[in-house]
Amino acid sequence: MNAGDTAWVLVSAALVLLMSPGLAIFYGGMTRVKSMLNMMMMSFGALAVIGVLWVVVGYSISFGNDAFAGLFGNPFQFFGLHGLLSTGKDMPLVGTIPEIVFVGFEGVFATVTVALVSGAIADRAKFGSWMVFAALWGVLVYFPVAHWVFDGSRDSAGTFIGGWLNHIGLIDFAGGTAVEVNAGAAGLALAIVLGKRIGFGKDPNHRPHNLPLVMLGCGLLWFGWFGFNAGSALAANGTAGYVWINTLVAPCAAVLSWLLVEKLRDGHATSFGAASGAIAGLVAITPSCASLSPLWSIVLGATAGAVSALAVGLKYRFGYDDSLDVVGVHLVGGIVGTLFIGLAASPGAPVGGKGLFYGGGFDLLGRQALGTFSVLGYSFLVSLALGYAIKAVMGFRVSKDVEEVGVDLAIHAETAYHSGSSSAGGFHPLGRPGPVPDGLEFDDDELLPGHHQRELVKSGSGGEAGA
Amino acid sequence: MKLITAIVRPEKLDSIREGLESYGVQGLTVSSASGYGQQRGYTEVYRGAEYSVDLLPKARIEVLATDEQTDDILDVIITTANTGRAGDGKVWTVDVHEAIRVRTGERGAAAI
Repeated sequence: MNAGDTAWVLVSAALVLLMSPGLAIFYGGMTRVKSMLNMMMMSFGALAVIGVLWVVVGYSISFGNDAFAGLFGNPFQFFGLHGLLSTGKDMPLVGTIPEIVFVGFEGVFATVTVALVSGAIADRAKFGSWMVFAALWGVLVYFPVAHWVFDGSRDSAGTFIGGWLNHIGLIDFAGGTAVEVNAGAAGLALAIVLGKRIGFGKDPNHRPHNLPLVMLGCGLLWFGWFGFNAGSALAANGTAGYVWINTLVAPCAAVLSWLLVEKLRDGHATSFGAASGAIAGLVAITPSCASLSPLWSIVLGATAGAVSALAVGLKYRFGYDDSLDVVGVHLVGGIVGTLFIGLAASPGAPVGGKGLFYGGGFDLLGRQALGTFSVLGYSFLVSLALGYAIKAVMGFRVSKDVEEVGVDLAIHAETAYHSGSSSAGGFHPLGRPGPVPDGLEFDDDELLPGHHQRELVKSGSGGEAGA
Repeated sequence: MKLITAIVRPEKLDSIREGLESYGVQGLTVSSASGYGQQRGYTEVYRGAEYSVDLLPKARIEVLATDEQTDDILDVIITTANTGRAGDGKVWTVDVHEAIRVRTGERGAAAI
């Protein structure tokens, strides 16, 4: 065990954890005031349910010994993390770090991936149905796909016993397929299952309600992404540093290209475009951060920013309401980043590979395409089936009335902002009428004729009666 | 007595207030408003999607004035709020039956 490596991966895991609340703020700012909390709750809800499932069976399905054809791991091998809990000499290791640390690092990947999907169903999903979807999608889609992509284990005889995409040599350093394409395809499926929001494409109130929050959320995501990518080196070494630089430069290039597209197309470089460009660049560099030189990372970032900026308009052309552009940014960006490895992977990079531009022919590009589109297809089809099943059993979308009033108030009994003081109703801790604040009590003798003062006395005596 | 109500550009609020203060107006009420006149709204762009926004942000100023002050105050507001471009706003007056200072009970012009 190496203490430095362990420390870096623990810190990286905490950085990746921050991405889920960061995503909640990013998505929350993008929605309308009346459904902002629901949007944030879908991220926090995913974090909660996947965090628990990961420890119970998730890690086992993703990283347990292969149970069938490279498709999923044995769900019972590490059930409840059984077998990984020793802290003594017999502590199991992954590389130079304790396996229990690796469990934590991979677990927070799972939570943020599931949270990403919720961006497609803003303003209109039932929270309970979302939670059921999140749990089932984690077990049936994310955990197996993480096994396909990330598990490269071999048994003691050297025989490969990991996931099938890892086996065929797919290069995906930090999750372009398992995280970005996977979440993007599921988002597309759910947008189709739930249908369009009332007023989609017409109602001016559908614009983001708080862009400073979007930019703050983007900043937190970017910060966390350094753990996501550079932590995937699983060591505090040169590879982590190499990846860190690419995680810096690709999003920067993507911001510039997104803004350029906006300036040429709409006449303005917007703050929303800057935040979106950064995320598109981060998405694209996720699979490729250890395979591209920094200069190619700039090219990739610029490409992903421009392509995603154009792709977010697809939903209006095809008529699916992917509310916060999970498809345009994550699916499209993930595809661009994963395929780009097939073009520009440099043999000198930490996770080498030989792309088309380096004389590697179409071999690597073919493997990258197979990985991308098998994850895309599997995630889309299973998500579609899950979505329709939940819709049939418990409904997935709120009623028209609830959607118009806002999901926050109807489902969570909360509102995101209050303006001024409200004199209506009253605050009743434990359901009882509260006492009248000091200085507002009146004796009957002092009363002038007046409706409001009589009401004050009434609520005051009610407070005493209740106490 | 008149109530003068002005719907103006929010960014003109400070210069209008300075103008009114130097004229000698003692108090005014300001609230934020939204609406449109002949110029209608504008277009905002989010991720390439255009949203046309009809209700523009405006400031609403209310001033109580005696009949003699009214024309001068209207002049001050019109001069300080004017940019010459569409969207400068509108000012109108209505008759006020009574005004009472809550603290002292003074009525009429004394309450202004």
